[in-house]
Amino acid sequence: MQSLEPLTILIAEDCAADRMLLSHIVRRQGHEVLTAAHGADAVDTFRQQRPHLVLMDAMMPVMDGFEAARQIKLLAGETLVPIIFLTSLSESEALARCLEAGGDDFLAKPYNPVILAAKIKAMDRLRRLQATVLQQRDLIARHHEYLLNEQRVAKAVFDKVAHSGCLSAPNIRYLQSPYALFNGDLLLAAFNPAGDMHVLLGDFTGHGLPAAVGAMPLAEVFYGMTAKGYGLPETLREMNAKLKRILPVDMFCCATLLCLSFQRRSVEVWNGGMPDGYLHAIATGERKPLTSRHLPLGVLSPQTFDDRTEVFPMAVGDRVFLLSDGVIDTCDGDEQLFGVERLRQVFVANRQPDTLLEEIEQALRDFGGDARDDVSMVEVSLLEAAQLSPPALVYSDSGQSCPLDWSASFEFRAATLKRFNPLPYLLQLLLEVHGLRAQSGALYSVLSELYSNALEHGVLGLDSSLKRDASGFARYYLQRNERLDALQDGYVRVHLQVTPEGKGGCLTVRVEDSGKGFDVARALERPLDGVRLSGRGVSLVRQLGRNASWSDEGRSARVEFFWEALA
Amino acid sequence: MADIHLDPDVLSALREVMEDEYPDLLETFLRDSEERLSDLRKAKDASRFMNAAHSFKGSSSNMGAVRLAKLCHELEQCAKERKMADIEKLLEKIDSEFAIIRPLYEAERQRSLSG
Repeated sequence: MQSLEPLTILIAEDCAADRMLLSHIVRRQGHEVLTAAHGADAVDTFRQQRPHLVLMDAMMPVMDGFEAARQIKLLAGETLVPIIFLTSLSESEALARCLEAGGDDFLAKPYNPVILAAKIKAMDRLRRLQATVLQQRDLIARHHEYLLNEQRVAKAVFDKVAHSGCLSAPNIRYLQSPYALFNGDLLLAAFNPAGDMHVLLGDFTGHGLPAAVGAMPLAEVFYGMTAKGYGLPETLREMNAKLKRILPVDMFCCATLLCLSFQRRSVEVWNGGMPDGYLHAIATGERKPLTSRHLPLGVLSPQTFDDRTEVFPMAVGDRVFLLSDGVIDTCDGDEQLFGVERLRQVFVANRQPDTLLEEIEQALRDFGGDARDDVSMVEVSLLEAAQLSPPALVYSDSGQSCPLDWSASFEFRAATLKRFNPLPYLLQLLLEVHGLRAQSGALYSVLSELYSNALEHGVLGLDSSLKRDASGFARYYLQRNERLDALQDGYVRVHLQVTPEGKGGCLTVRVEDSGKGFDVARALERPLDGVRLSGRGVSLVRQLGRNASWSDEGRSARVEFFWEALA
Repeated sequence: MADIHLDPDVLSALREVMEDEYPDLLETFLRDSEERLSDLRKAKDASRFMNAAHSFKGSSSNMGAVRLAKLCHELEQCAKERKMADIEKLLEKIDSEFAIIRPLYEAERQRSLSG
């Protein structure tokens, strides 16, 4: 019957003999005793000495036991101070009053020491249990506070990284919880030097900080490589390799990556493990699913990773819609999934393309799903190139070491053409020339146009007229991939020459290929309309560069860029 | 059993629990009881009777004064049912019962002091 630890027990009893007797019994059981002769006395003693347990007579002068019990319970707050009423009350009504006043048990007179000891022990157990519960609750609350604080810090750091992008561009609309990151959802967008827009919607496995940590390196690769002019395949390979290297085996990132080209009016897509995205052609109303064809990022080794993308034509006003699985996996009260079919119904009912995201959100609410914070949606529309203004690049060097008189020649052969994209390196080299920085967008567009013309029409012998309609467009890129895989020989040469002219200078770019050439005269006859899908390259080069010319039956292209004295 | 005044089992249990303080307990009880009795005599209304009788009942039962406890219980019931005539009769019985047990407790006290 011995308690583990002696308690301090307050005995409130107006009858001196009873008080004496009870004190003696309790003391003999090893506890410390405080006494009070009436209720008010008991409340005072409790306030000053905070006993663990109270034995309370119901009928007392000055303040009865019921009122004293109420006041003591109030003072005790969340701590459980068990109150055992000492009573010869027998009517159930009176016993109920004790309970209402906060009593936890009764002890009938005449006192039985054995029963009293058992009750004290039981109440002490209860008291300790409550104390443990409170302690653990506070611990959980503290941990929760830590967690929220960690998330706040992580989010603040991440927002700095993520917001270096262009999510606020006028052609992007998105819905995402501010804490989506901690459900692994990730949305990034940035312009490349040519003014094309790269968009990534990703979904890491897991929840909380573990799901968020992978987002940082992924965002850095995305922004770094996009800004330097790398295309989707190289960026994807690098992302995959990096995630594969740093993430544990059971962590990976489902992702859809887009490259929207406003000049070419096309979208390049890679989907690894995300739900179908949709390419919405406004003219026909058709929504083409952009289906996952790959494993998520961070699963395959760099050797087995498949960076193959698909390219689709777009018209001005067409939209690409991407979503995270939180949308279709939203559950109603009966554990039913929202599902793709309900999403399609929202598409069908949609009249105003601009309100689609809100309509989906409403449909999710109507479906009875709780607002989940892993519901991410983004819609990117194709605008006229002129409607967007990619931010100017910021350079940190002084310009003192600017190279002004040099030339360089490169020859990229078959094995290199298959996997390597030389444009970012060439662009970086050229942007060491300060005078060219103001026209880096045009420079990159022209370089990439000439390079892809040389590679696709020259080396690979693809027919640009294939791209005249949408199905031909898809066939064109299919053939491009097949021929590139099978490529044995051939080359693309790039000659760069920078010469000072007065206080400014001139860059001459020459791109040659090993292909069959093309009918230059016919290509140049086409008007500079810039709207058709095929043959756009030639007019783009002529619009953005100066003195564009073709020789050697189209196998050699030449274009110049001039700059004046710098301010 | 109706004419038993003190329960010897209760007394021996008390003696065991209280040890050296047993005589003090007996003395305290007697002093306390006198207060209770004077409270009862002064009581004017039913609820006063009820409370005083209730308290007295509790301490008497603790001290093994079984007949006194029983009379207090009856008094408490009468007060509850407002049988004022019976209260008068019971008060007299309680007075005389206390007059009987008082010397018994004193004798018990002397015994324990000398023992």
